[in-house]
Amino acid sequence: MLTDLMPVQDTTQSLMVPDHEIVRQLTCKSGEVEFETELVPRTHYGESKPQVWNRGKLGIRFDNDHGVYWLRSSMPTRLQDGSVFGTTTLKAGESIAFSLSYTENAPAVLPPLDEVPQRIETCIKWWQSWSAQARYEGEFRDEVLRSALALKLMIFAPSGAIIAAPTTSLPERIGGDLNWDYRYCWLRDASLTIRALIELGFWAEATGFLDWMLHATRLSQPELRILYTVYGNPAPKERESKVLRGYRESRPVRIGNAARDQLQLDVYGEVIDAAAQYAFHGGNLDREMQKALIGFGNYVAEHWNLPDEGIWEPRTGRRDHTHSRLLCWTALDRLVSLSEQGKIGRVPIEKYKKQAEAICRQIQDRAWNDKIQSYVSDLDGDQVDSSLLLLSWFGFEKADSVKMRSTYRRLRERLSTKDGLLYRSEQLPPEGTFAICSFWEAEYLALGGGSTQQTRDLIGTLTKYRNDVGLYGEEIDGETGQALGNFPQAFTHVGYIGAALSLEQREKGEQQLAHRAESATSEGPNPKQAA
Amino acid sequence: MNWESWIVSGFLATLGLTTVAVGSQGLHLTRMNVPYLLGTIMTPKRERAHLYGFLAHLVNGWAFSFFYIYIFEVRHIANWWFGLLIGVAHTLVVLTVVMALLPTVHPRMATERKGPTARRQLEPPGFMALNYGYRTPLSIFVAHMVFGAILGSLYHLR
Repeated sequence: MLTDLMPVQDTTQSLMVPDHEIVRQLTCKSGEVEFETELVPRTHYGESKPQVWNRGKLGIRFDNDHGVYWLRSSMPTRLQDGSVFGTTTLKAGESIAFSLSYTENAPAVLPPLDEVPQRIETCIKWWQSWSAQARYEGEFRDEVLRSALALKLMIFAPSGAIIAAPTTSLPERIGGDLNWDYRYCWLRDASLTIRALIELGFWAEATGFLDWMLHATRLSQPELRILYTVYGNPAPKERESKVLRGYRESRPVRIGNAARDQLQLDVYGEVIDAAAQYAFHGGNLDREMQKALIGFGNYVAEHWNLPDEGIWEPRTGRRDHTHSRLLCWTALDRLVSLSEQGKIGRVPIEKYKKQAEAICRQIQDRAWNDKIQSYVSDLDGDQVDSSLLLLSWFGFEKADSVKMRSTYRRLRERLSTKDGLLYRSEQLPPEGTFAICSFWEAEYLALGGGSTQQTRDLIGTLTKYRNDVGLYGEEIDGETGQALGNFPQAFTHVGYIGAALSLEQREKGEQQLAHRAESATSEGPNPKQAA
Repeated sequence: MNWESWIVSGFLATLGLTTVAVGSQGLHLTRMNVPYLLGTIMTPKRERAHLYGFLAHLVNGWAFSFFYIYIFEVRHIANWWFGLLIGVAHTLVVLTVVMALLPTVHPRMATERKGPTARRQLEPPGFMALNYGYRTPLSIFVAHMVFGAILGSLYHLR
């Protein structure tokens, strides 16, 4: 049995721990097994070959520019041409352990390998205790917990940032060039993510994420960047690897993301809506946060009418996206609601109301196409995309309204596969179906666009596309059902949690989506969890 | 011995040494974190180790400046280049003798002979502290030369 983990620090003990570490334990349960190990270290995305030293009982070390890696193992290894090899035979009941650590501080901590079993036990107990906090009790509890765990694993603990995915350039089309670097934090994910965390009861993570957003955006306020590193810095410029061949020859492998230079006006609404959900659930917006939110609101009030790259980040220029307008409306509407509820002070209410009404009129007049009886992706356009389902999620249009039902029918007609999965847009190049769009559909049904049975059936169908350990990528191949794109994808798991929560709330007759004032609750964070 | 001058110059020289040491790590010339290295003698807890180590480093600096000043008084020379020269000699002792003895003296440092144990888990510095980065000797040289030069230029002989 192979066990891999990044050990959780046991704060009740005073043990020293490495800054970063992966621990592996291999145990033979029965019979006998020959086992080979091989470490071929490369740094700088495979472009450099580091020098490797054997330091005897301390382990094997190799350096990169600023830090040092230490490999320690309980089996004999040999060094050959800068690589590490080992072979051993395990009998029933025997185990071997490995520790690969990295630090930029000296002296490094080299934990003894005989403590590995206790460290694994500590780690398992910690995760069990964490997941026991989840408040969801619906029929998809196991799946929701797995999604919450996936989300938690994408949180960078020192800062509270949540990355989109831990990988770069897993292709959205096998053999194609739709390969992007997702190892950054997109502000776009804020609103849906905060909702998932808060409604599951994970206030500490929600608070950490909000704090990180405020910290990360401080230098550019009132303007927002699209994506940040976990440390709150701008994402690096995009470049293509010269040596990596890509997953199944899907080139190029990209490092950095060019979306960092795009204008995407929807991010303002996402951040403000996230803060509104936090406040309407009883969280406190401190003075600095309030000032930042009003700065974002003022920016939106002055710039909402600009064309932008929009939610799908095409590299083909700016357009007047309905989704961006929706989120600009959301930004101003939420600030007005926050002010009216006394959650935030000094909001120029009349100015915001006037601009919100103007955006609302524009969406109703120019984003609705009478000919196809649907809301459309771009103002005055005739094509649809799955982000239109969010018109209900953000409270612009009721899910059971005639217009939304008609839009939903058009989306199904144009973007759905025979198995019920949704592509994201008619305009983009061929790729897989976009997993979160299907969860938006499930949530739209749960919000009143369909019946609870329809919602349950759709979530059930989507559950079948998880892999063997319950994880989703960004996309699902419409024909084969295999995962495409970066993996695992936080946004997809956020979508799963959201759909399951809305279904449970509807079944219990509870208020759904507390991000508008009329849906507000005042439960607030559990002080123990928020600490 | 000019005690007043020793206290002031010893403190300023220690600040200079600390600045170079911390700056060297910030500029990635070395990975060596001197406060952490010293602080873990007293506690395994990271945050406390940094604090205790920083205080210990200040006290150490003052203590070592006494020996520099003793040499200044004995030779009756106190200027920047003589201080720098003592700094070079001091560094040679630190790199060759102190670093070699550290795994024996430090209660939480592992040795290459025995490897890490439950109590001794810290990476030893190795020859000339090269385990902490190949430019570590250079940064230690510069830090102690700055220390000696400041002491030499600020200390007033009796």
